[in-house]
Amino acid sequence: MANSSTTKETAPTQPVTAMSVVAPAIGWLIPGAGHLIQKRWVRGLLIMGSIAIMFLLGLAMQGRVYRPNGGDILDILGFVGDVGAGGLYIVTRALDLGQGAIAHATADYGTKFIIVAGLLNFISAADAYHIAIGKKP
Amino acid sequence: MNLQLSHFSAAVLFAVFASVVFGITQRSTSREQIRYGLYCFAMFVGGVFVAGWVMWILRR
Repeated sequence: MANSSTTKETAPTQPVTAMSVVAPAIGWLIPGAGHLIQKRWVRGLLIMGSIAIMFLLGLAMQGRVYRPNGGDILDILGFVGDVGAGGLYIVTRALDLGQGAIAHATADYGTKFIIVAGLLNFISAADAYHIAIGKKP
Repeated sequence: MNLQLSHFSAAVLFAVFASVVFGITQRSTSREQIRYGLYCFAMFVGGVFVAGWVMWILRR
């Protein structure tokens, strides 16, 4: 019977480089920029276009942009999703857009477009990190 | 600006953008990314049709 303490494998530690910190941070702030600064031009532009268009379509559909002090747990979750869009969220709040007086049935889709754009940007920032540490080509 | 999309066109646009990001982030090679993106798009749009038929059946 093998000794479990001797067979336990430890995960290899990834080196912390400047790029592994900067890429996800700038990727969060500007969707797709985490890939662009690592010279993944096509991926970066596709991510930037997809997330930015999705966010702007959500705003154009009169979607609601959540505030940090929503109170309701669903509002807080909505805020977490929205803030994933980084700079898009900051600019939207600065311009006081996304007030979300829902006037038609598809306006709620707009709210979901904005939330999902933020969540997709979280995924793309994580992907930029994986590229930076060499886990992904 | 007040954009009013139909439910279907909103769902298709959602599927396009989500599939692009899923394809790029969840696979490594270009070929796999395209294939996975198309798979996600088909699943999103297929899910819309399935949900539509389920709602039609429930409504009867």
